Amino acid sequence: MNFPGYFLSHLWLIPLFPLASATAMFFFGRRLQKDAVNLFCVGSVFLSFLHATGAVFKLLTLPANQPRVYQQILFQWVTPGAMPTSTGLVNFAADWGYLLDPLSCVMIIVVTFVGFLIHVYSIGYMAHEGGYYRFFGYLNLFMFSMLTLVLANNLLLLFVGWEGVGLCSYLLIGFYLLKKSAADAGRKAFIVNRIGDAGFLLGLLLVAATFGTVRFTSQGLADPAAFSGILQTLASMISQHQFAYGAPVFTAIALLLFAGAAGKSAQIPLYVWLPDAMEGPTPVSALIHAATMVTAGVYMVARMSAIYQIAPVAMDVVAIIGATTAIFAATMAIVQTDIKKVLAYSTISQLGYMFLALGVGAFAAGIFHLMTHAFFQALLFLGAGSVMHSLSGQQDIRKMGGLRYAIPATSVPFIIATLAITGVPGLSGFFSKNEILGHAFNRHLMVDRYLALWAVGLVTAGLTSFYMFRLLFETFYGMSRVPVEAEGHIHESPKTMTVPLMILAFFSIVSGWLALPVLWGEESPFERFLEPSLRGVETDTGAITFGHYTLPVEYALMAASVAFVALGFWLAYKLYLENPKLHTKLAASWPRLHNFLMHKYYVDEIYDALFVNRIKDLSTALVFFDARVIDGIGVDGAGWLARVFSRLSMWWDKWVVDALVNTLGWFPKFLSMPVRMFQTGVFSTYAVFILIGLAILLGVYGHHVQMFVLTLH
Amino acid sequence: MMPIGHYLFLSLALFVIGAIGVITRRNVIIVLMSIELILNAVNINLVAFSRYFGDVAGQVFALFIIADAAAEAAVGLGIIIAFFRNRETVLADEMDLLKW
Repeated sequence: MNFPGYFLSHLWLIPLFPLASATAMFFFGRRLQKDAVNLFCVGSVFLSFLHATGAVFKLLTLPANQPRVYQQILFQWVTPGAMPTSTGLVNFAADWGYLLDPLSCVMIIVVTFVGFLIHVYSIGYMAHEGGYYRFFGYLNLFMFSMLTLVLANNLLLLFVGWEGVGLCSYLLIGFYLLKKSAADAGRKAFIVNRIGDAGFLLGLLLVAATFGTVRFTSQGLADPAAFSGILQTLASMISQHQFAYGAPVFTAIALLLFAGAAGKSAQIPLYVWLPDAMEGPTPVSALIHAATMVTAGVYMVARMSAIYQIAPVAMDVVAIIGATTAIFAATMAIVQTDIKKVLAYSTISQLGYMFLALGVGAFAAGIFHLMTHAFFQALLFLGAGSVMHSLSGQQDIRKMGGLRYAIPATSVPFIIATLAITGVPGLSGFFSKNEILGHAFNRHLMVDRYLALWAVGLVTAGLTSFYMFRLLFETFYGMSRVPVEAEGHIHESPKTMTVPLMILAFFSIVSGWLALPVLWGEESPFERFLEPSLRGVETDTGAITFGHYTLPVEYALMAASVAFVALGFWLAYKLYLENPKLHTKLAASWPRLHNFLMHKYYVDEIYDALFVNRIKDLSTALVFFDARVIDGIGVDGAGWLARVFSRLSMWWDKWVVDALVNTLGWFPKFLSMPVRMFQTGVFSTYAVFILIGLAILLGVYGHHVQMFVLTLH
Repeated sequence: MMPIGHYLFLSLALFVIGAIGVITRRNVIIVLMSIELILNAVNINLVAFSRYFGDVAGQVFALFIIADAAAEAAVGLGIIIAFFRNRETVLADEMDLLKW
């Protein structure tokens, strides 16, 4: 048996390809032709995709008795050092290593596959934009960070990827950096994420301090006994009764990590950055703010599921936040008029679903929805981008309509994605959403209070159906409201854009079929595949318990959700297609409610009043302090003192030191006075001196000359 | 044959005229001309004594001095032109750069 084989042993290549190409873009991108940029950047992601597929395939074809997990430690990153932990002094170290288990299998396939399609799409979408190489460089850097995040074998390395994707998100939201709103949106995303990341970092430190390691697991290593992982340490702690089910430290870790997840995955109260993030180019919205990065929080919670499973309070918080976010975002989506904003709120709502799933203990269902969501949400965004491309940048759905036949290659995939997200039977969203609702209902059978969560999920499904069909009808059906001058320019997008749409549409339909056996009452194969990653640890004092229901109940649950979907569809049809004036009339008859929704519950305003402006006040006070106290008294005072002392020493220098020197210099000057008088500089004077000298010579030796002359005849 | 005293007297007269010129005249070109007079006084002296003693060496010296005088005049005039370009003057009492 050839294990691990090429693809597994070269796992490290998967993140490396995009990194190499991003580096190339950084150094030579400016000088490259667009074709060369395409070759590098899209090619590198394709290579990553191939390697990811190969590695996953290798893992899938392992014999049944061999665990499907492979771990590779590349090098020791944080060198060992003593650290006090809950179990005494521990030699703490962290390595740079990659872990491929069923959970990361799902993630790398989604990330590289959807990522690759979006790269291809971007070739067409960004063709006429400036900063082409910069865009692709950032995208590749994002791919590297995201793959590092999902492949990391420890929480610290995951954090590196986590911050990396946050950085790339910031860079790409603010891609149109000359536009103030884009730059502001980038900053907002970055800052809101920092708030969550502070929690993440504290959680990370608490994990290190509790377990003495940040490695997720020691499974899949050649010598598991030589390494410790969180999972193994946790199991031994539980079995030795050091910590019990529901111990406060687990709740603290879970809640702190969830703060990070809420920031990255746009959950209440930190969701406010995601709608603004739509300022970025549409492929970015699709890749980062729909398909991959925003699901990092879901992935992280699933990755740490062992801890969440023994922290029931934190689980309830996750579930409640998830459900609240889902319905809250859905109500905001129903009045938005910007095509991308509607999709942004629907993303938040779907992420809420995922957290609802995680919170009720259905981790696999959450990941399943993550995967199907990656396909249909990316498709929705790319479709919206294609619509905008066709309408030369128009984003307002009130100025669209009737595009169904004008741009069929865009509208058909978009319709499929709409059907998928709303949960129309047979498409992916139906399976994944019902999985979540089913688990929520299932949990209610054991604990009554979960019924409310299920009900919220069900209502949200209806709302989702309403706002998605509203979007669909406004954009593609009914009368065209496209301004006359733009009508003539409507054109189908290039093949590089429409082909990825079709591929994504295909997967938006079939990716749900991984759970097809649920229909005849069997366990979902997808969940069975993921189970080893999400198993957690055995506890004897308590665990998440699910009820059991029969197949007819399952069908009844499905029927209920389909009924809500149909209701949403019917309302959207009545209000927007059958009688397009009805919805404006409806909005006019409840102006306050409509206004309240239009302003997104005034959350941004409330945050501004509560936090942003208070921080601004604080900085104003600090500026005052800086100007008056630090600068005024401190710096200027020191300057004043220095000036006074320098005056003093200048006086001393001038009147004492220099005076002494000058006095000394004055003596030779005075003494040399008579000699200096001879040197006039005028040569006539010197000639006079010469003659005087001659006269003196003649006076002294004149008689010799006289004697000589007298001898002559 | 004229007695040598006449020659010496002429030489002395030329020398005194030249010396007075060097000392009193302000124009440097005139000063240069006066120096030529002094040199010629010396020449007359040398030739006179050469004739008197029947030794031709004095005349050879005179020829050297004539050549030297020509060279000196050329150099002197060159200095004066360079100086004039810088200071716009050829007056001796304004040439006081030899000080310090």
